[in-house]
Amino acid sequence: MTAPTAAAASRRFAARLPRLETLAAWLLAIVWIFPLLYAVWAAFHPSEFMVRFDLLAPLTLANFLDAWEQAPFARYYLNTFLLVTGIVAGQFVVCTLAGFAFARFPIPGKDFLFMLVLLQLFVFPEVLIVENYRIASALGLVDTITGIGLPYVASAFGIFLLRQTFKTIPRELEDAARIEGCGWMAVLLKVYVPLAKPTYLAYGLVSISHHWNNFLWPLVVTNSVESRPLTVGLGIFSAPETGVNWATISAATLLSIAPLLVAFLLFQRQFVQSFLRAGIR
Amino acid sequence: MSAFLPRTLGGLAAAGLLVAGQTTAQQEPVELTMYYPVAVGGALTEVIDGLVADFEADHPDIAVEAIYAGNYDDTRVRAMSAVEAGDAPQLSVMFSIDLYELLEQDVIVAFDEVVESDEEREWLDSFYPALMENGTLDGKTYGIPFQRSTIVFYWNKEAFAAAGLDPDTPPETWEEMAEMGATIREAGEGDRWGVMVPSTGYPYWMFQAFAFQNGHRLMSEDGTEVYFNDPAAVEALEYWVSLAAEHDAMPDGAIEWGTLRQNFIEGATAMMWHSTGNLTAVKNEADFDFGVAMLPMKTQRGSPTGGGNFYLFKDATPEERRAAMTFIRWMTAPERAATWSIETGYMGVSPAAYETQALQEYVEEFPPAAVARDQLEHATAELATYQGGRVRRALDNAVQAALTGQMSPQEALDQAQAEADAALRRYAR
Amino acid sequence: MANPTTDRRMQVYGALLLLPAAVLLGTFAYLPIVATLINSLFLPGFRDAPTEFVGLENYALLLEDSTFWQVARNNLFYALGTIPTSIAIALGMALFVNGRLPGRGLVRMAYFTPTVLPMIAAANIWMFFYAPQIGLFNHLLGAIGISGPNWLGDPTVALTSVIVMTVWKEAGFFMIFYLAALQSIPPELEEAASLEGTGRWSYFWRVTFPLLMPTTLFVLINALINAVRVVDHLFILTKGGPNNATNLLLYYVYENAFSFFDRTYAATITVVILLVLAVVATIKFRVLDPRTHYQ
Repeated sequence: MTAPTAAAASRRFAARLPRLETLAAWLLAIVWIFPLLYAVWAAFHPSEFMVRFDLLAPLTLANFLDAWEQAPFARYYLNTFLLVTGIVAGQFVVCTLAGFAFARFPIPGKDFLFMLVLLQLFVFPEVLIVENYRIASALGLVDTITGIGLPYVASAFGIFLLRQTFKTIPRELEDAARIEGCGWMAVLLKVYVPLAKPTYLAYGLVSISHHWNNFLWPLVVTNSVESRPLTVGLGIFSAPETGVNWATISAATLLSIAPLLVAFLLFQRQFVQSFLRAGIR
Repeated sequence: MSAFLPRTLGGLAAAGLLVAGQTTAQQEPVELTMYYPVAVGGALTEVIDGLVADFEADHPDIAVEAIYAGNYDDTRVRAMSAVEAGDAPQLSVMFSIDLYELLEQDVIVAFDEVVESDEEREWLDSFYPALMENGTLDGKTYGIPFQRSTIVFYWNKEAFAAAGLDPDTPPETWEEMAEMGATIREAGEGDRWGVMVPSTGYPYWMFQAFAFQNGHRLMSEDGTEVYFNDPAAVEALEYWVSLAAEHDAMPDGAIEWGTLRQNFIEGATAMMWHSTGNLTAVKNEADFDFGVAMLPMKTQRGSPTGGGNFYLFKDATPEERRAAMTFIRWMTAPERAATWSIETGYMGVSPAAYETQALQEYVEEFPPAAVARDQLEHATAELATYQGGRVRRALDNAVQAALTGQMSPQEALDQAQAEADAALRRYAR
Repeated sequence: MANPTTDRRMQVYGALLLLPAAVLLGTFAYLPIVATLINSLFLPGFRDAPTEFVGLENYALLLEDSTFWQVARNNLFYALGTIPTSIAIALGMALFVNGRLPGRGLVRMAYFTPTVLPMIAAANIWMFFYAPQIGLFNHLLGAIGISGPNWLGDPTVALTSVIVMTVWKEAGFFMIFYLAALQSIPPELEEAASLEGTGRWSYFWRVTFPLLMPTTLFVLINALINAVRVVDHLFILTKGGPNNATNLLLYYVYENAFSFFDRTYAATITVVILLVLAVVATIKFRVLDPRTHYQ
């Protein structure tokens, strides 16, 4: 940002944000984005320029090639993709059914059951790694993508969100559909689900970014390249004791976050809205 | 890539083996799974994948899935978890010191139970005896050396020259190393330190070197007792601490194992102690002249051996065990051991490896490649006990506590001794 | 709807709809909780001996375990270090971005982007900043003549370094909740206040901040859970060291269970974590929004 525009801008908006605060806001923004920009710098330059800022430093893709060759990132991508798709699909189905039940059906002890579900908002599967590992092991789910995803499918958060959304949908719409002779499943699919689309989008985005980034449980439950998601692959690849070259690690790091980051930059508004919608109730 | 040479050699060896070993009719290939760790820099996974591909080309009746599982600890965790899930590998490369834990969990078998012919028994004896120490217990062989190392001393000749030291003379003794380190630090070219010894990752390993150079072994041979707070051990830790505290030759605080090589490459330190497994990476990356020597001595030379051994897992059919044996023999044959050593810096595991033409030529052209081997005669087994995870952690914490000034070396080692004793109390024989 | 048979059928239908979720939650949430409680009462098998019931002995060991106390203390400092700071910064960010600011979209993006990264990736990046001799921070400090600390290798600094990275990662996430709350405050309030001559500072403390209270509590609960739940960065940055200076409860569980093969002790520590989370849950349900479950 150049000085004249800054001055002009702050004069124009003086009533809202004083010059000092604008400066502070920008400074903070620069500090906040700096680590990421730095990783980009490191990834695209030879490793001797890690701490030497030279605008004329030669650009290179060698670090990305190194990273790509040294670890099976293609497979990790595939695993993460399958994992995230699987989890979100499973969550949509299971949470829709449960949310629907909680919103519309007279189940005895419903409030108590609902409280029990909400408990999982606090006790995430990774807190129980030891026992969940044992259970996954007993079910033959160790080292499978299903094993990583299954504990997250019945998400209290998803059930809660969908219940809230379904509750806001007027009964009249449902009744109209029933008069047309729809069964419960048809009512759910034709009335409730379409009307809850924004919630699905929001919840889906939140869930995708959460599971794309999840680490501890996948680390515990996977053993091999066939099931390892990106985060675990990256963690193993770049653990400091391997002494892998930093420029290569930066490249690997960018490789692993690129799809999500690009998606975020393209759909920034939807992302932010989603996190809000999902979180604020 | 130097893949051409091993491939040809591999082909020749395979031809021999095929003639000799064509006993069973082959239909389905025997499938083997193997976990392996990487703890030093460089593209080791590529090297392993390349070797495995060569092996499979030679042995179409055996398919090997080699799974890179992280560092040594990760690999143990992964292999054990696979065993627990009923999906045990048939073999793995794991920390040589995991022996006691693997026995305790009852997941491995001795090679003695699988070898059949006298020739194979001879093969068991073909490795450097120092590398077998961690792999044998009660007269049985459980671990075959593969990615084995000792700690070696790396020094930056240009930094030595810049500080007015003879670039071709590494320190022989502790005193010399401390003095040289201080000299380099004082010469203060840039922000360069004299020496760095890593104290994260595997601090107990480095400490073992100091202790052994002071004539002290840290554990009993049966893995049931440790001697951490012996005066000789305390003196060793005091010396390590003094490098930073008194001599100002080494920076304060913990020194990161993983970034140390980069420090050396960047010239941030003139000397470092590190695994010989880093040698090839240093050679490829350093743009200055460097030397490699044995570690300096107090009362004697010394370094623990380190690194990974092949283990055979219990939960395998006889056929799979034979296939695993074939694979391990192939991987540790002199030609492969030579290739592996050249590509990484790890040791050629048998004297025969150093007699191969490839390694002889390499050593001639690049003498540092032989330092780890030469140091073997001064080597001791790596710290291995029952409850190894806890015992090593106790010692790691003590080393870090002393180096960061939280405790005196005596206090720190007393505490580690107490913790280790508690962990081992059920194992006293 | 009052028809009892329909009612009965509705109940069955509803129960069927709940079934998949109930099975999954039972398997991966309730069963493991119960199993954790039970296992904490046993000692692991030794050699060929089976596991042994020892009552509360593991808890007695835990109370004597100085490492456990250090780890618990670390976790407390970690929570105290990350939560208020990231909440304050998040609030500041939201106020900035809520105002009319040149390049507001860019600024908001800069604040929020770290949230999208995996903790592992963030740790990789920061690892390089923190490296003592060759790392970026000490290079920058060196340029102005200060010799920087050994960020992750000095036990007095290491936990703070971990905290700083966590704040960087979390603040942007909390910002958006504040931003939404700020946007729901009617602008007339501020106009009225400025007519009365209330300064911006006192307007913030007397009007905005109280109105944001529900958001603050919501964010607080989330931050509390995260302080217990997220230890991914330790795997890269410090592995809990040096000398346990940065070890946190869940990482200690991982170590005990998977590095030391001591599952029952790991279960005992897990029980402590569950207790902490139970307190957080009680605060949330009983104190903050007792209405939620009776809607």
